[in-house]
Amino acid sequence: MMLQVSDLTIARGGIPVLEGVRFTLAPGQALVVRGPNGIGKTTLLRTIAGLQPPVSGRIDVPPESLVYAGHADGIKATLSVNENLKFWAEVFGQKDYSKAIEVFNLGPLATRPAGALSAGQKRRLGLARLLVTGRAIWVLDEPTVSLDTDAVAMFAHAVRGHLATGGMALMATHIDLGLGEAQVLDVAAFKAKPLADNDFDGAFL
Amino acid sequence: MRAGGGFGLGLSFFLIVVVLVPFGVGPQSALLTVIAPGILWLGALLACLLSLDRILALDWEDGSLDLLATSPLPMEGIVSVKALAHWVTTGLPLVAAAPVLGLLLNLSEPGYKWLIISLFLGTPALSVIGTFGAALTVGLKRGGLLLSLLVLPLYVPTLIFGAEVARRGAEGLDATTPLLMLAGITCGTIALLPFASAAVLRVNLR
Repeated sequence: MMLQVSDLTIARGGIPVLEGVRFTLAPGQALVVRGPNGIGKTTLLRTIAGLQPPVSGRIDVPPESLVYAGHADGIKATLSVNENLKFWAEVFGQKDYSKAIEVFNLGPLATRPAGALSAGQKRRLGLARLLVTGRAIWVLDEPTVSLDTDAVAMFAHAVRGHLATGGMALMATHIDLGLGEAQVLDVAAFKAKPLADNDFDGAFL
Repeated sequence: MRAGGGFGLGLSFFLIVVVLVPFGVGPQSALLTVIAPGILWLGALLACLLSLDRILALDWEDGSLDLLATSPLPMEGIVSVKALAHWVTTGLPLVAAAPVLGLLLNLSEPGYKWLIISLFLGTPALSVIGTFGAALTVGLKRGGLLLSLLVLPLYVPTLIFGAEVARRGAEGLDATTPLLMLAGITCGTIALLPFASAAVLRVNLR
């Protein structure tokens, strides 16, 4: 099981943002995507997650092995923390979500409606979702937004545990997680040259 | 259901329309009997329309739609379940409330059976078509107006045949032909539109 990206060109709104992106992620490895705002980190992660097609290039990844976590946590405000996790566990065909509660210390909040959580607690719940999916490759977009230092440590611990069991993590983040073993990919080097785009329809599709 | 609002909104709108029509038309029970099937069908259709933008908009806003799209569930299944949920919370209560409201419109006695049958057969099509419209407009801020404009023409065949079943039934005529047409429309939309909804949703999520 490997994530292999070769010669990938991605576009946002019909305009290429990154080109020639290549990297390989093997079991137990983490890759941190860095780059200035607006360079195309989110677009890259969404393309790898399969939410949008690449312009050219290949993404080789085993089917049904990715889980994506974007800027929004996908939390239903009226369901409790337990019910939210249970829903996602069932979507991914898993039963046990107690480990996720434990790793992100959600036990004291388990019966509270998710709408009553603070921003950081919601984020922790959103990240706990990753653990209930049972998927090997985590694709994370700014996972540490609104987390305090303790929660960041909790998250780093969760990532390390995931890598130790042969998992992989690809994340866009600006802060240092203290994951010494993670490789860094600066996507500014892949910035696409502005070009005249004749694919007029592409902007609408 | 716990998200609130969606369940009662369509039903109360239906109630308001049907209660107010006799006041507007005046105290002519013979006239009310004639227009009752059409008014009931129109009220049910508009009540359905009112709650359509809630089908996918909330999931889009909180990001669950992205996460569901990358989950093992097929998109066609997701939109089908969304349409079913909309029907259970909006269509089914309308079917249940229609006979009671038919009383207010002086619906003729044989009409009740046909009104319930036609609404029961027709409202699933309204939910499925509405889910398609909601998928088309999901990324738009305040897409409600566009959604209504897109969906209304698609609702016309269901309204024509549904109201025709109810009218013929109420007048004691044979309603088989429009009933079969209505059932055909519903079966066709349930069979085909989830694929269209899933396809436009994938495009909208890019």
